[in-house]
Amino acid sequence: MLYSFEFGDVIEAWPALVSGAANTLWLSAVSVLLGVVVAASGATAKTLGSRAVRFLVDCYIELIRNTPFLVQVFLIFFGLPAIGLKMSPNVAAVTAMVVNFAAYGIEIIRAGIESIPKGQIDAGKALGLGPFKIFRLVVFKPALQAVYPALTSQMILLMLNSSICSAIAATELTAVAGDIQSRTFRSFEVYSVVTAMYFGLSIFFWCVFAAVNSMLFKAGPRGAAR
Amino acid sequence: MRELTSNELLYIAGAMRWTILLSLVSLACGMLGGLILALARTSHVRVLRLSVVAYFKVMQGTPLLMQIFMAFFLPGVFGFDVNPFLAAAAALSLHASAFLGDIWRGCIEEVPKGQREAARALALPYIVTTLWVIIPQAVRLAVPPSVGFLVQLIKGTSLTALVGFVEITRAAQIVNNATFKPFVIFSFVCACYFIVCWPLSLFSRYLEGRMRIPSH
Repeated sequence: MLYSFEFGDVIEAWPALVSGAANTLWLSAVSVLLGVVVAASGATAKTLGSRAVRFLVDCYIELIRNTPFLVQVFLIFFGLPAIGLKMSPNVAAVTAMVVNFAAYGIEIIRAGIESIPKGQIDAGKALGLGPFKIFRLVVFKPALQAVYPALTSQMILLMLNSSICSAIAATELTAVAGDIQSRTFRSFEVYSVVTAMYFGLSIFFWCVFAAVNSMLFKAGPRGAAR
Repeated sequence: MRELTSNELLYIAGAMRWTILLSLVSLACGMLGGLILALARTSHVRVLRLSVVAYFKVMQGTPLLMQIFMAFFLPGVFGFDVNPFLAAAAALSLHASAFLGDIWRGCIEEVPKGQREAARALALPYIVTTLWVIIPQAVRLAVPPSVGFLVQLIKGTSLTALVGFVEITRAAQIVNNATFKPFVIFSFVCACYFIVCWPLSLFSRYLEGRMRIPSH
């Protein structure tokens, strides 16, 4: 084998890689927060809305779920300026991620809402709990527990998919890798390091979500009440 | 600058054949790999189980785009020329094998333990038990989520555009660079994907509904 591995250039570029990873986390966090808000509104609209509203939400879900994220990113970044909506790469990336996340999040959150039997709320009232406590203990917490695995894996998927936003030069980890690669021509070295960084982030979030899961839903003085 | 005519749109739609071919090849290889992985994951050999779990975690914990990049750059390390189609198909096949393998592992585990024990008591060898007892029962459960994954796979082929494989998304980029009508072009591409993916999604949901009734 004639190829000699040369990780020196990649290691030298570590400040750029770290700031790229930080940007990936920052873009993902903003998108998840906004995405949960949009998804929760969508789920509410689908649960309580009129037929027309429900139909519109369904159209949105089907359209987003059956088209690739990359094309959605292109449509938002290149297509929308043609009808007067111009965005910077990072704003377009966050918009695309929010729109995409919400299409999956709506169904997840709706499943959570539907997992709460009506009688449970009545039982809470019968026990003399106030409306805030009923929402927190009888509705929100069990619903969150029911959808926790689906919701968190969707969040990790969003973080991984954010790499696709490098296609419009959003300043995240994959775009940084592209810069280093075009400067040093060490494609394999750069991308293997960056792939390992993504894997590290995934492992980190798997652990964090598992820890939060056992903290919220299993242990603790109120653990028995679930 | 060129005008955007029906010729250009036809060129884009025609590139859909590469998207579909890539999806089918990756699906076939991914199914074969997924079956082997699912059986290894549910076997009694500890080392085998653990290495398959590690493989699943790596493939599920790294972006598909990185997997495709690696497939494009790894052959160069060994001095091979890269055929874009083969590299894309290899990356997507490995990706599919991990996800299908994990889905099918769940389906195999759903088959009651007693089935394998009964087959063992009848002195059937492992391969016969697997092929004629376990798999026929697991397939019933496996079809709906596998069709659902096929939609993910078809959408995933769009990422090969970023390494220059000319499927529909790349064809759209090329046409867009010449005509600069991004809104029309990418909406059209969305419609093309939707026409292929939506029926599959509906079919997957229909099968899921049919599977659910007898189990309750």
